[in-house]
Amino acid sequence: MASISFDYDNTLEDPRRRAPLVIGDHDYKSLTDVVCGVAEAPRPPTAWFVAFGISTIVLATLGAMIAYLFFSGVGVWGLNNPVGWGFDITNFVFWVGIGHAGTLISAILFLFRQKWRTAINRFAEAMTIFAVICALLFPGIHVGRVWMAYYMGPIPNQMAMWPQFRSPLLWDVFAVGTYFSVSLLFWYLGMVPDLATLRDRATTKIRQIGYGIVSLGWNGSARHWHRYERAYLILAALSTPLVLSVHSVVSFDFATSVLPGWHTTIFPPYFVAGAIFSGFAMVMTLAIPARELFGLKDIITLRHMDNMNKIMLATGTMVGYAYTIEFFIAWYGGNLVERFVFVNRAFGPYAWAYWIMFSCNAFIPQLFWIKKVRTNIWAMFTISLLVNVGMWFERFVIIVTSLASDFLPSAWDSYRPTWVEILTFIGSFGLFMVPFLLFCRYLPVIAMAEVKTVMPHAHRHAAGSHGHTAPALTEVRA
Amino acid sequence: MSAAAAPTSMTPPAAPARLAGLLVEFDEEHNLVEACRRVRDAGFTRWDAHSPFPVHGIDEAVGIRPTRLPLLVFAIGMLGTLTGLGLTTWANASEWFAPQNLPTNLQGYNFLVSGKPYVSLPAFIPVMFELTVLFAAFTAGLGMLALNGLPNFYNAVFRSPRFRRATTDRFFIYVEAADPRFNAHSTATLLSQLGGQVERIEEPTRVEQPPRWLFTVGIVAVTLSLLPLMVIARARVSKSREPKIHIIQDMDNQEKIKAQRASPVFADGRGPRFPVGMTREQPLGTTVARGDAISLKTDAHFFEGRAGGDWATAFPPQITVDEGLLHRGQQRFNIYCAPCHGYDGTGNGTVNNKGNSGERPGWTWVKPLSVNDQTVRDRANGHIFNTITNGIRTMPAYGDQIPEKDRWAIVAYVRALQRSGATTIDDVPADKRSELEKR
Repeated sequence: MASISFDYDNTLEDPRRRAPLVIGDHDYKSLTDVVCGVAEAPRPPTAWFVAFGISTIVLATLGAMIAYLFFSGVGVWGLNNPVGWGFDITNFVFWVGIGHAGTLISAILFLFRQKWRTAINRFAEAMTIFAVICALLFPGIHVGRVWMAYYMGPIPNQMAMWPQFRSPLLWDVFAVGTYFSVSLLFWYLGMVPDLATLRDRATTKIRQIGYGIVSLGWNGSARHWHRYERAYLILAALSTPLVLSVHSVVSFDFATSVLPGWHTTIFPPYFVAGAIFSGFAMVMTLAIPARELFGLKDIITLRHMDNMNKIMLATGTMVGYAYTIEFFIAWYGGNLVERFVFVNRAFGPYAWAYWIMFSCNAFIPQLFWIKKVRTNIWAMFTISLLVNVGMWFERFVIIVTSLASDFLPSAWDSYRPTWVEILTFIGSFGLFMVPFLLFCRYLPVIAMAEVKTVMPHAHRHAAGSHGHTAPALTEVRA
Repeated sequence: MSAAAAPTSMTPPAAPARLAGLLVEFDEEHNLVEACRRVRDAGFTRWDAHSPFPVHGIDEAVGIRPTRLPLLVFAIGMLGTLTGLGLTTWANASEWFAPQNLPTNLQGYNFLVSGKPYVSLPAFIPVMFELTVLFAAFTAGLGMLALNGLPNFYNAVFRSPRFRRATTDRFFIYVEAADPRFNAHSTATLLSQLGGQVERIEEPTRVEQPPRWLFTVGIVAVTLSLLPLMVIARARVSKSREPKIHIIQDMDNQEKIKAQRASPVFADGRGPRFPVGMTREQPLGTTVARGDAISLKTDAHFFEGRAGGDWATAFPPQITVDEGLLHRGQQRFNIYCAPCHGYDGTGNGTVNNKGNSGERPGWTWVKPLSVNDQTVRDRANGHIFNTITNGIRTMPAYGDQIPEKDRWAIVAYVRALQRSGATTIDDVPADKRSELEKR
């Protein structure tokens, strides 16, 4: 049976029947075997070791760069007047943006009853956690005197100083801090039933105790499931406005200033669309190799990829619209300085960055209109990588071009990152990948309990059919 | 507990043990739902269904009443909103209502920024919103765990090896022996009629306890962890003549210039000196002082035009006199100097002509000296540079407007003007002279 439906193409749209979300004729047991097998394998794939080795070296580079920065001061970065925000804040916004896909998939798609989310939400949430850690790093280390970073929080101190709550920079502290802790809670609570599965399958004492503690004694009681589902729904309902608020608040850092190119009301929705766009691109970048490496192709199917590509197409088009409408408003608003800044973005000294951004984010995703591209692994992998590049450049263009050339030509200057900044940025990928690879190795990478509820198996019985083969799959093929 | 009560018992009865409950296993979730209805209708209260995922329709079948969790979340969420409002107004706008006899580090104050109202509600909304979500989300998550009685690492059902599949693909009903309607015989019969396999769960009458030394270690560890906090708390309320311990020797102890003090930064040990130039130095390309010789203007030749106690006659080594420099000098001269001195440097600039036009009786205007004047010709390069920097007679100082390199370029151009001002017909090549004579 298994061989018949293994290569079943579930991207076909057949209005007579719902396309299955799990292929390969799995039952609950075999699905659990596949997912837990990733964490239970005595030895992970060689590619995992290679990736882990590289990531560790990259993470060590980050540590060295931060140590150098702390000992020498922020002068080792290329920041100066007038460009006081460069790679640091670009990286912050880039990582926060990537951190948006997890909660979007978990919360918003949950509220919209998009059942295909179950295969990728665990993955995306983990990515969110680690991306937000990378994001939190940058504002922390760019403050100059890092040992005073606690001043960002409203802490009673001996100088009787309170933060200024009218500042969007402080809103950021609250928004990103809340986002991180709520995402962590959401991720962990979602994982508890699956950790219990790992506990119950554990063969060694250490695994039993380890997974036993983190699964909190979960026993799958119907009463527990009832409160669990309600809590999950509430968390989704709370996280949905939260995820929209976080990047809106990040965009306020720019929008509430008077700088030309920053002072626009389109920023909150534009940033949120960009965040979702870049987040999905990163999910794709990670999911494509992971599903190959860990044999999860039956669960993260081509249909899931297709759906994510459609979301990227939609958000990429929104971002492209935002780029265009910014230009229109710069002209229509009649503000000479604003108009200059936008012309300067597209044709000035940073035009190369602008056109990398525009082509990677607005033009290239348009290829996803073609179904062949949407369902081709290599094509979507390449595009997702390009979108990552493009979205990094978007933040770079917004931050640097506006700061470098504002109102008075006498205040203009260019910005060039130093090697320390470049290596710090590269190093942050180590901070992202090391925990992510450890997550893939030791934790349930797929939300098994949730996938089980959307399996054809579950639906078949819910519909009352008592057959023991998998007619749902084979019938569609016929 | 009679032996006949367990028709399908899997576990051998352990020595002093008592029956904790009966467990029945199902393969399919719809069988579980059906079975739950029958157990519910039989009137049991202390029982539960277990499944690897939330089974559709099980709430009704088990008879689970809706949880109070949403109410709790709403209440604590509102508390979060109020906390946000309280925090922001306390920290930024509390002088008018807060008691003033609080410890200093707890007092709030009125924080005036750009003339905005102290209570800037719209600006406080983001913080209020985030705290609402934070409080509500943690209530939802931790409240769910608390209402579920988790973490709880012991449950009698875990004693069954078969129950390990409850988190993978099997479905269970467990009826506790503590249920008032429980009867070892009749309940087992009922459960076996539901279609699953019934298993007796027995637990020892004496529950194993963790080793006693673990408690001792725990108490000692907790006590020790409180020590640093106690030391800090004591330090906050006591006074000491000893200087504070600074882990990071921040700005309190650094090598910097202080008024009337020697400075170890400079070779001559002199602290008081001219301030670092604050203007934008074109040739140096930076506004922040970096590097001694440049930012502290210690190079007297380049910055002041002096050499060995007198005006420098030569150009400083940083300046190469070439065509580019002369063009730069010409351009700067035409911008800054020509309005008074005229484009040829003879003193017939627009300002001068206007000043001497007699339009305003009673006004006097001293005509600038021509660059061709012998006194100017005799002046050293450094002297002319100094005149541009600091001005002379009615001419103001241009040192703040023209960077050093440009001032030297102007000096070079002035020299060129002097050269052209002293030419005779003999200096003109023979084949060009006829062109001049025509004029």
